[in-house]
Amino acid sequence: MLQQLGHLPMGWLLIALIAVFASVAFFVGRIGAERILLSGAPALHSRPNYHGYFVAMWAIIPAVLVALVYAIGAEPFARGQLTSELPPAFDLLSAPELQTYLDSVSLAARSSDYAGTDLVFTAVTNRYLEIIGGLNIGALALMGVGAVLGLLFARRRLAASFRARSLVERGMEGVLFLCAVVAIATTAGIVISLLYESIQFFSVIPIWEFLFGTRWNAQTEAEFGALPLFFGTFMIALIAMFVAAPIGLFSAIYLSEYAGPKARAWIKPILEILAGIPTVVYGFFALLVVAPAVRSLALWINETLINIGLASEPLLAAQPTSALAAGLVMGIMVIPFVSSLSDDVINAVPQTLRDGAYALGATKSETVRNVVVPAALPGIIAALLLAVSRAIGETMIVVMAAGKSARISMDPTSDLTTITVQIVSLMTGETGFDDPKTLSAFALGLVLFAVTLLFNVIALRVVQKYREKYD
Amino acid sequence: MDSDHTPQAAGSVLAPAADAPPAAAPRIDCRDIKVFYGATQAIHGVSMSFPDRAVTALIGPSGCGKSTFLRCLNRMNDTIENCRVEGQILMDGQDINDHSIDPVLLRSRVGMVFQKPNPFPKSIYDNIAYGPRIHGIATSREDLDAIVEKSLRRAGLWEEVKDRLQAPGTSLSGGQQQRLCIARAIAVRPEVILMDEPCSALDPVATARIEELIDELRKRYCIVIVTHSMQQAARVSQRTAFFHLGNLVEMGETEQIFTNPREKRTEDYITGRFG
Repeated sequence: MLQQLGHLPMGWLLIALIAVFASVAFFVGRIGAERILLSGAPALHSRPNYHGYFVAMWAIIPAVLVALVYAIGAEPFARGQLTSELPPAFDLLSAPELQTYLDSVSLAARSSDYAGTDLVFTAVTNRYLEIIGGLNIGALALMGVGAVLGLLFARRRLAASFRARSLVERGMEGVLFLCAVVAIATTAGIVISLLYESIQFFSVIPIWEFLFGTRWNAQTEAEFGALPLFFGTFMIALIAMFVAAPIGLFSAIYLSEYAGPKARAWIKPILEILAGIPTVVYGFFALLVVAPAVRSLALWINETLINIGLASEPLLAAQPTSALAAGLVMGIMVIPFVSSLSDDVINAVPQTLRDGAYALGATKSETVRNVVVPAALPGIIAALLLAVSRAIGETMIVVMAAGKSARISMDPTSDLTTITVQIVSLMTGETGFDDPKTLSAFALGLVLFAVTLLFNVIALRVVQKYREKYD
Repeated sequence: MDSDHTPQAAGSVLAPAADAPPAAAPRIDCRDIKVFYGATQAIHGVSMSFPDRAVTALIGPSGCGKSTFLRCLNRMNDTIENCRVEGQILMDGQDINDHSIDPVLLRSRVGMVFQKPNPFPKSIYDNIAYGPRIHGIATSREDLDAIVEKSLRRAGLWEEVKDRLQAPGTSLSGGQQQRLCIARAIAVRPEVILMDEPCSALDPVATARIEELIDELRKRYCIVIVTHSMQQAARVSQRTAFFHLGNLVEMGETEQIFTNPREKRTEDYITGRFG
């Protein structure tokens, strides 16, 4: 019996029940309020609907709490219970092995035909289903009781002078606040886990060695000097900005100052499509098209320099993957960030400023250069900073086209590696939390997070200052 | 405030009006001006002329086309999408809408001051120096300094800002900003100055200063001012034109318009019966 209950689709049931409780309670409250009116009360403080919402609120809150506790706690509790009942032979399993075993049990429990393969496994799974079934029925009963109690409690408070409306308003505020809290709490959780793992890493590898060491060889030699990674990240972001800043800015100026409505209606969406291309697509574009082109160009330059006698040996590394290839493509990728944000700030420059310049006999380009761009400059700088932080955090393109050698080289045709590339390669394959190799990925992530946060904060500050000026 | 103290050199670069013909000769002559925004006609055939060294006020209810008409005079309507101007505007006998006329050069001869003060995001000095720089009016740093000083003096702003010429133009008060914009317009040596409700964003004290200034500038320039305030029109102008629904209803000596209007609609408007 209990075992059958273990198969209940609890997610749907809980949601459906909450909906049922809410609507029943709503009508109980509304009818209650109408009855107060009929019994001769002069007027209600709140309209009957608000009484309905109020009662529904009280019926839902306990139900939702029960559902939340169930969703978070049921599975771990069932596993704990099951583990304590397992025969002593299971003590031989190590913690991860036991974990894997339990995973397969709960997976099997979800399908109905697990029986017959392995007697012990079947028995364990049956027991697991029994425990879950008990929890299911308990949760449903508790939910029903809670909802009914809440409903009764709320129903008793209804009266002509009862301020249901203000309480419902406060309830709404609470719901909105909770949503905000979820977002903030998630962010905080991520930052805390980054910090925690990084601190563990820094207890093994001194922070100075990590930040300023020049040898990175995490996979084989356990050398964790991340400076080459920072350098690679910086170099590629710099190349990207050399592409994106002028093209993005100039296209924004064209769009906002020169393009007619027709051209604008075409060009702007197309530019924004660039932002919608998956970065992995940019990645293989970089790898298959741009990187070979960069390489053959570099080889040609080498050859020419030697031929005309300016160099005695190849000057450029001309490797098959290169910082230049990744940077160029990344630059194309962040163009829409620059152009779209700059377009917005340029459009926000008051028309009267342009009129003022035109009225002095300034030409269009003089107006743009001397009046519009300076007025929009803070916003443009903010757009560039946001693009930089985007370029620094970008992963796919560099994984595919930048290479993996951690080195500090000013030659853009040599392959460099970045923070993000190294995080990817540290996190793929076999990982364990006790390994400094894995932990170093968290430290890298922390650095990345800190840098992009810094850029975003500066950008927001600059934009705020700019806003104060024109509103 | 007076220009008598300014260096001789600057005097020669500025103010060609000094040797211009005496007042009352028409500086600008408009014949049958029609303006269209797409399919809608905003101005229905207006003919009028503007005398030199005098202030002409354009009055009328909102949307009557007076600002649109004003913006024809320096071809500012060119910058508006799908705006079309028909008719002849003769300035010194030359049609300003002619293909041979460069609107950029025209605008350096016809300055404009706007409703809301619009100083550039630059220093006070650079705001004034901007026009002379792009037109190559000043040949040396001293020239430029002289033009800046002279323009600020003429706009009555010199005494207030001479110690902080490098401060941003936006740091000034509203009235000061508007005088800065007037100084900026003067600095490119225009012959005509157009003012589009120059005091509508200012308090009464700042307004009074601007009106004094307009009276001062009248001695050198042909000034056309659009205003919503009939008292202002009466105070600063010598001639007044009343616009209604895109038509020029009546034009004449300011005193005559305000004391003895020929048209019923003019009388109704200036006595506040509509508008």
